[in-house]
Amino acid sequence: MNPVNYLYLAALLFTIGATGVLIRRNAIVVFMCVELMLNACNLAFVTFSRMHGNLDGQIIAFFTMVVAAAEVVVGLAIIVSLFRTRHSASVDDASLMKL
Amino acid sequence: MSFPLLTATAALPALGAVATAAVPARQRTAAKWLALLVSLATLALAIVVLVRFDPDGARYQLTESHSWIRDFGVRYELGVDGIAVALIGLTAVLMPFIVLAGWHDADPLETGSRRWRPTQGFFALILAVEAMVIISFEATDVFVFYIFFEAMLIPMYFLIGGFGDRAHSQGEEAASTQRSYAAVKFLLYNLAGGLIMLAAVIGLYVVAGSFSLQEIVQARADGSLTMATSTERWLFLGFFFAFAVKAPLWPLHTWLPNAMQESTAPVAVLITAVVDKVGTFAMLRFCLQLFPEASKWATPVILVLALISIVYGALLAVGQRDIKRLVAYASISHFGFIVMGIFAMTTQGQSGATLYMVNHGISTAALMLVAGFLISRRGSRLIADYGGVQKVAPVLAGTFLIGGLATLSLPGLAPFVSEFLVLVGTFSRYPVIGIIATVGIVLAALYTLVLYQRTMTGPVKPEVSAMPDLRVREVLVVAPLIVLLVFLGVYPKPLTSIVDPAVKQTMSDVQQKDPKPAVEAAK
Amino acid sequence: MENLIALLIAAPLLGAVVLLLGGRRLDAVGHWVGTLLSTASFVVGLVLFAGLLGKDAEHRTWTQHLWSWIPVGDFQADVTLRLDQLSMTFVLLITGVGSLIHLYSIGYMEHDERRRRFFGYLNLFLAAMLLLVLADNYLLLYVGWEGVGLASYLLIGFWQHKPSAATAAKKAFLVNRVGDVGLSIAIMLMFTTFGTFAFGPVLEHAGDASEGRLTAIGLMLLLAACGKSAQVPLQSWLGDAMEGPTPVSALIHAATMVTAGVYLIVRSAAIFNGAPDAQLVVTVVGGVTLLFGAIVGCAKDDIKKALAGSTMSQIGYMVLAAGLGPIGYVFAIMHLVTHGFFKAGLFLGAGSVMHGMNDEVDMRKYGGLRKYMPITFVTFGLGYLAIIGFPGLSGFFSKDKIIEAAFAKGGAEGWILGGVALLGAAITAFYMTRVMLMTFFGEPRWKNQPTKSPEAPSAEPAAEHQGAHGEPHPHESPRTMTIPMIVLAVGSVAGGAFFDVGDRFLHWLEPVTGHSEGHSPLSALTVTGATMVCLVLGVGLAWAQYGRKPVPAHAPRGSVLTRAARRDLYQDDFNHVVLVRGGEHLTRSLVYVDHTLVDGVVNGSAAGFGGLSGRLRRVQNGFARSYAVSMFGGAALLVAATLLMRAV
Repeated sequence: MNPVNYLYLAALLFTIGATGVLIRRNAIVVFMCVELMLNACNLAFVTFSRMHGNLDGQIIAFFTMVVAAAEVVVGLAIIVSLFRTRHSASVDDASLMKL
Repeated sequence: MSFPLLTATAALPALGAVATAAVPARQRTAAKWLALLVSLATLALAIVVLVRFDPDGARYQLTESHSWIRDFGVRYELGVDGIAVALIGLTAVLMPFIVLAGWHDADPLETGSRRWRPTQGFFALILAVEAMVIISFEATDVFVFYIFFEAMLIPMYFLIGGFGDRAHSQGEEAASTQRSYAAVKFLLYNLAGGLIMLAAVIGLYVVAGSFSLQEIVQARADGSLTMATSTERWLFLGFFFAFAVKAPLWPLHTWLPNAMQESTAPVAVLITAVVDKVGTFAMLRFCLQLFPEASKWATPVILVLALISIVYGALLAVGQRDIKRLVAYASISHFGFIVMGIFAMTTQGQSGATLYMVNHGISTAALMLVAGFLISRRGSRLIADYGGVQKVAPVLAGTFLIGGLATLSLPGLAPFVSEFLVLVGTFSRYPVIGIIATVGIVLAALYTLVLYQRTMTGPVKPEVSAMPDLRVREVLVVAPLIVLLVFLGVYPKPLTSIVDPAVKQTMSDVQQKDPKPAVEAAK
Repeated sequence: MENLIALLIAAPLLGAVVLLLGGRRLDAVGHWVGTLLSTASFVVGLVLFAGLLGKDAEHRTWTQHLWSWIPVGDFQADVTLRLDQLSMTFVLLITGVGSLIHLYSIGYMEHDERRRRFFGYLNLFLAAMLLLVLADNYLLLYVGWEGVGLASYLLIGFWQHKPSAATAAKKAFLVNRVGDVGLSIAIMLMFTTFGTFAFGPVLEHAGDASEGRLTAIGLMLLLAACGKSAQVPLQSWLGDAMEGPTPVSALIHAATMVTAGVYLIVRSAAIFNGAPDAQLVVTVVGGVTLLFGAIVGCAKDDIKKALAGSTMSQIGYMVLAAGLGPIGYVFAIMHLVTHGFFKAGLFLGAGSVMHGMNDEVDMRKYGGLRKYMPITFVTFGLGYLAIIGFPGLSGFFSKDKIIEAAFAKGGAEGWILGGVALLGAAITAFYMTRVMLMTFFGEPRWKNQPTKSPEAPSAEPAAEHQGAHGEPHPHESPRTMTIPMIVLAVGSVAGGAFFDVGDRFLHWLEPVTGHSEGHSPLSALTVTGATMVCLVLGVGLAWAQYGRKPVPAHAPRGSVLTRAARRDLYQDDFNHVVLVRGGEHLTRSLVYVDHTLVDGVVNGSAAGFGGLSGRLRRVQNGFARSYAVSMFGGAALLVAATLLMRAV
């Protein structure tokens, strides 16, 4: 199977994720969309690894997974504490930092 | 290795500033005495510099040179010529009087607070300015000069913004707003100038590969360093802009009236008599020596700007209602004379300009400090609030008149010598500009005498009828300044003999000769 | 002997320093200290004079080098004093008349609490004036020149609590400053022309310079002279200067300082000799001022202002004579000296009258005073006869010579100048007779009326101590005041004859100024005859108007010319409208421009940046998603840019 198709898939996934980040208000959904984008990247990396015949892409994919895991921990904690204080998971409500 | 005299002259007030700042909150008087002692000790060191300096010796004397930032060729290089010695002398002489005149200017309004130490801060800042001004006069490395030229702004900013006249007519809050406006304006103007200069300093390094004034001048003289005409002009403009802001030259002058108006009289003297002199001094030392060709190229425009400053400053002084603003505009007019003398490119003009820097410092100090004493008595800066002071406080009025007469360059007082030299020096090369500049003489008489008439003569106003005459401390401030004014007016030779050789050197750096008289036989 | 020259200046200078810094403890003796030191200077002057007389006419120039003043490159100004016949003449006049007026002031200022300071200023004036005439170069002369200006400023404004005095003092200084600009430009021109401004080399080599340069220098010197000597167009300050105490008017504004302009022109004779155009302008200025002052003097009711007009007019004579060149220099100085005597005497007489009349200055409130003040009457009368040129008295000799010299100029010029001088003599006779008649003759007009009108405060506040209101009691002045008047009257009577017999004065001064006889189209006798006719005409007219019929106590409306003359021929009004108003508008609009335009540009750019950052701030709206959009947009742009670069 032509590996370029995987790249198309990765691009599609990334676009879906990005659109989700931009248009959804629910913090959890935004968060999941970010994950989707990360995984799209992972897919691209692995594909490149396969196409070029070396392991660099796969190694970076592992790094990304580790970072994503750490990010999920911190991010979810923030979202939960936000929800506790404001009883809402909408990202638009949290605009206190504006000037 | 010999004793680093120049470093010591600058380091002493710097250390004094730290020590003054460290004096405990309760010991305010001790801080004042410490500041006074340090300024007197600095004066003693300056006198040693003056004595050790040989007018007919090498170009730069008492030199010190140490490697500092090796990667960029920055060296800690100090050295003085006659012009620098004269200005260091001026700074060191004025400082004790500034400290003494500001004795009560920074007393806290309510006592008791343990952390609040304005008095210590005030005097420490003044000493810090002194240290930086002195080292700016000494530096022969462009980078070292630049650092202190800019660093001076920090203490000055706090001095202008933090301390003002007591008993402001519009209430303390309005006064504080105006003060911070003036301080910010001062800072922004000078920072803008400084930034442009920084670019030029870096440019100079790129072109010349060195920051050392002597090395660059030497390299240009023996042809091992050539600059493209346009490069030289751009670099010159970068330097000149910063100095023209500091000096200040029309139309970059508007920060000065605000700054002088809002600060206390001693700080106003510090600005106009000491700090601003760094600007005109640097024109003479850096602009002319580093960029002789560009200086000649820019001369016509600069002379016209100087001429505008002279007439414009004097005319605006006539129209002022505020005593301190009036003195500020008068100073702008005088700075026009100084710049004109520098760029007239004659021996008389440049010697006159250097003398002018010294004499203007002393005369403005005398006038402004007496004005400060007057203002502190009545609590108003407005000319219209005074009248008939002469009858109530004759000594105050008399010293004020002498300060005013010095400002209008009365023959017999020091400023006349320098003003006439500048005029003659300009006239011998540019007759028309010289003649127009004499308008400044008439206008100077106008604003001084109108000020004296409105404040000192006429019927005694009820508000001033109980005004006390000058106190002993105040007489101690003014009397020596007046003695200096008379002495340097009658016998300026000690000063001219120091300045002359340096001016001749500068003249040969820019490859200029004095014009010859039409009838040579008469000489 | 040369080393005594500095002592001439040092004595009064010491007096000024001691009296001004000495403080209250010197109040009791200050006036005597001042008088003593001024007299000491006079004695030194006499000693030097004797020394000079003992030398040949050619060797009567002494110089004393004191110290090098401003040495900068080629610019060498030294403090060197020069005593020759010309400066000697002035030294004797200044110290002699000066000492007499010091003596007079002791009585005149007796009731003034600031008498010590007054004497300090007087001594300062003497020192500056002596420096002016003794300087050996133009720059040092300039120091004296402005020094007398300062002393004059301080003395005119001596009663500073009166706004009118303070204003008059300021005006005098300012108008003089305009003249001083002329002097400083002249010095600069000399420096660029000759490379020096010392008298010796400049005057010696004046002939080598081009006529254009000499004319320029001459005109600038004339401008300076106009300021100091109150010549048209810079004459306006002299009338106001009468706000000062009367001894000051006598010494500074009649006898000495105002004649400094004449000194300057005569001293610079070599320059003017090479610049005929400049000389012509000098004579024109002299002639115009001569008539101007005389006309103004005719209309003034204030006795001091009438005399001030007369001073202006007499100095006009001197300037005219100085403009005539070598035929006139000596006579200019001769008239200057005799004028010093009689005009000082007249002013002191006026002061004495005011002293006895509760400081009333309006002549319409005098009348018949000869019975009450006999000594004043006689001395004033002799001064009067001298100034109108009564045969045998000093004014007759000196003025006659000037009129002769004016005719001797030759050509149409000579006729015009001579005619003007003759006309001036007639007007002089008219206005002086008027003063004389209104003051000392006729009915007393001061009886049954308080002398002070409340809206016109007295010129001399010393009156406050003498019961200002109520009828004045005219009385003769104390002896310290009458003695100087008597001495000056003797000088006014005998001075002219003493100088003229055997051409003494001419021979004395000729080595310095040079002299040549002109070719007069009229004989000396004709000129004298014409002068006498003018004199009789003037006196007769004045008698017809003020002697035959009583003088009204309130000024009549008068003709157009009278009204104009009362207002100084509207010259002050012109100054006021054009210079003062115009200047006020200019400065006011400049203050506005500075605030709105120069400062406005800077403040405007600051406001612009502020506004821009205000706009930009709105982008930071706090919505996380909008930040995300900008991030994606930015990333997309970057990618697009990269692709584009690749493609190119």
